[in-house]
Amino acid sequence: MMTKPKSIPLFIGISLVVTISITMLISFFYTPYDPNEIHSASRLSSPSAEHLFGTDNFGRDILSRIMEGSQTAFLTGFSAVSIGLTVGLVIGACAGYFEGWLDELLMRFVDALLAFPGILLAIMLVSVFEPGMGSTIVALGIMSIPTFARIIRGSIIQYKKFDFVQASIAKGAGSLRIIFRHLLPNITSPILVAASLSFSGSVLAESGLSYLGLGVQPPDPSWGRMLKEAQPYITSAPWYVITTGLVITLMVLGFNLLGDGIRDSNDNRA
Amino acid sequence: MRYFAYKFSSFLMTFILVSVIIFFVFQMLPGNPAHIILGLDADEQQIRNLEIELGLDRPLPERYFDWVTGIFQGDMGESLRYQLPVADIIQDRLPVTLSLTVLSLLLTVVIGLPLGLYIAQKDGKWTSIVLSILTQLGISIPSFWFGFMLILLFGVVLSLFPTYGYVPWSESFFGALKSFFLPSLAIAISNIAVVIRYLRNTILDQAKMDYVRTAQCKGLSEKAIMYGHILRNGLIPILTILGLTIADTLGGSIIIENVFALPGLGNLLIQSITSRDFPLVQTMILYLSIIVVTINFIVDLLYRLVDPRIRSKG
Repeated sequence: MMTKPKSIPLFIGISLVVTISITMLISFFYTPYDPNEIHSASRLSSPSAEHLFGTDNFGRDILSRIMEGSQTAFLTGFSAVSIGLTVGLVIGACAGYFEGWLDELLMRFVDALLAFPGILLAIMLVSVFEPGMGSTIVALGIMSIPTFARIIRGSIIQYKKFDFVQASIAKGAGSLRIIFRHLLPNITSPILVAASLSFSGSVLAESGLSYLGLGVQPPDPSWGRMLKEAQPYITSAPWYVITTGLVITLMVLGFNLLGDGIRDSNDNRA
Repeated sequence: MRYFAYKFSSFLMTFILVSVIIFFVFQMLPGNPAHIILGLDADEQQIRNLEIELGLDRPLPERYFDWVTGIFQGDMGESLRYQLPVADIIQDRLPVTLSLTVLSLLLTVVIGLPLGLYIAQKDGKWTSIVLSILTQLGISIPSFWFGFMLILLFGVVLSLFPTYGYVPWSESFFGALKSFFLPSLAIAISNIAVVIRYLRNTILDQAKMDYVRTAQCKGLSEKAIMYGHILRNGLIPILTILGLTIADTLGGSIIIENVFALPGLGNLLIQSITSRDFPLVQTMILYLSIIVVTINFIVDLLYRLVDPRIRSKG
């Protein structure tokens, strides 16, 4: 057999991520129809050879809209992870490397961010700013800081005890050099796992925020917003909610399995 | 005692930080509440008068202090939109959110624990693969979309449950239970998946421990080992998971209440944001976070009570 049974979830995760990424890239050049073109004659038509996923309440092709929406999902996910990783890295590295009162202070701040249940933190942030893609990204980025900060802090404390780090401290190497040259290269895989999981978390949260009308605003395409529009037609056009939600689920599942798979394969090696 | 003092001071610290963050974030609002209340065509004098009335002319730390102490004295300020005390409005909406949270936790425990225990005992390569994909799926599904699917299946196709609307407990017990069932299930699904994953990992880890081998050597039956030894150790960490679950459930109900049109805190929160009723939003967010911080604190203490090993470490 080609793949070991244990790596099957990882394999499924990678396949999902690759398929959706390719679809996203294609959407820049080609969608079956113009995602915003209104055809009042073919409102809410069920899936057919012409419209694979059917059409919405304005007669727009759902597949084309989902394809375009994938750009938003990737953009918000990627940007939110970048913000969370950068800030989380600074906080986690400082807390873990210097420890003491700075560690206590920074970690209490991280705990405070974690005290907001679910997407409440993001809801608070977007409610204060003008709703839209920008504020959604910033809010989701801030929401993912704690995960990165905690993981990076934990790994740095763990690796700091090793001889090679102690040796460079003894040699008089600067803190920044030790953190970037010696500590970070050793903890790339937990960071990768966290990035993958917080990417999927951001995609999930963005769809929730946009569903509530607080996230991405039209004309920017968004899956969550599509679900909001689809809800009144849940009985008359079930394919609208089913296809859109299924795509969100598959994308989130893909990145979750990917993150989990990377973690498992590292555990085995250790 | 030292442990308790440490935990309590860090609880207090987290609480202060949370309230400062919320207060600070709402200070960044463009324009102040006086502008928002009076609208665009108010003149300078009107705005100034209202600012003094609302206390906006006082220094920030003083206003922060008043706001936080007010919360504990039951004075949470007044909603712009409803012109009612925030405390009254929250009290009105709380039963719905509370019912959702409790019912959803109940479903998590009633479905998640037995299912998790049953599955954890099935040790096999393929079971564990299928299981890890299925539970991951449960975590990945957007709860509000799962709510749609439940509406579609149980409400429309099978017409077993009402799909929208809310029946108060005082009106009809079963009516209320029915109206809360689907939304609670929608929130619970990801928590059930988490509990199953966690339980399985814990039990598999515990099964490798020396004390299990000792028990096997002295000829105890598998059942006795599982229930008498493994579970007793394995269930302790589950407490933490359930503690985390409460926060997730509360967060989940913010979205789900909007899917099922239930008049709870989450529903109120989104409406208040849309109508820019910021005093209400600000206080509600603090209120919801205090609940979570307090629950985490209690779970921390319980954890110590249940596991004597942690107690002696203190």
